[in-house]
Amino acid sequence: MPNVKEGSPATTNRTTVERKSDLEMLVTRTFNAPVHIVFEAWSKPELFKQWWVPKSVGMTMVSCEMDIRTGGTYRIVFSHPDFDQPMTFFGTYTEVTPNKRLAWTNEESEQGAVTTVTFEEKAGKTLVTFHERYPTKEALDEALAGSAEGLPEQFAQLDELLAGSA
Amino acid sequence: MQIPRARLTVNHMVHYQARLDATFAALADVTRRGVLEQLTRSDASITDLAQRFDMTLTGMKKHVSVLEQAGLVATEKIGRVRTCKLGQRRLEEEAAWIERHRQLWSARFDALDELVEHLKSKEKADAKRKRR
Repeated sequence: MPNVKEGSPATTNRTTVERKSDLEMLVTRTFNAPVHIVFEAWSKPELFKQWWVPKSVGMTMVSCEMDIRTGGTYRIVFSHPDFDQPMTFFGTYTEVTPNKRLAWTNEESEQGAVTTVTFEEKAGKTLVTFHERYPTKEALDEALAGSAEGLPEQFAQLDELLAGSA
Repeated sequence: MQIPRARLTVNHMVHYQARLDATFAALADVTRRGVLEQLTRSDASITDLAQRFDMTLTGMKKHVSVLEQAGLVATEKIGRVRTCKLGQRRLEEEAAWIERHRQLWSARFDALDELVEHLKSKEKADAKRKRR
């Protein structure tokens, strides 16, 4: 049916972000496609690679291994011109229910979140809810704002301040 | 699979470096973190806070003063009571936090949207071919 217009830019949906609690972050977005297509884009590494890193971030996904099944693991390596070493992110899929739910751990740090993504299809559109639960409030505060690179310097400065005030 | 955050982080760190120094120092104390959490729920007087955290008025005044200097708490004296509430910086930081994440996720999901549209048309084209 070539005369039916679909998915024009005018129908782009909004992304919402909220802090649900001291430990939780919630991101939602609706996509104008049935759930099996949206889920495929999350669960096939060759597709996932095409959208996970926004161009504006200036990073490259060097490799992406995803063993998509409950109990399977993933390993993703990023590089950035400002970094000497590539960064590796890895963890385990704690739940893989096709077209419904994905959950994984983030094991590269002890402060890593547990991530749950749910997919709900309604009238041909799919609502994606991305939920992260961090072990501490500080870890959530630091998500994005902080980085492994910035922290040692911050902590050194903090040590100085504390030493000075003792 | 957390956020690849290099570029955003670099910009952010330069901009907020000075702020973070004061903030980190203020947040290095468990009582002061508790006070901030308390004030997230509701405003409180120094006396309330001293009682809640089981410390002297003088001790609590010192903590509040550190938080105030970092811009995390604002206080106002009405009559004999000094009331504490979340400071402008705290509120700005919360808003900035949401905004940074929203920008990242919007960009990420816009890219996913494009890919999904592409997959959708591909699936339609394939179905059509099969029907022929």
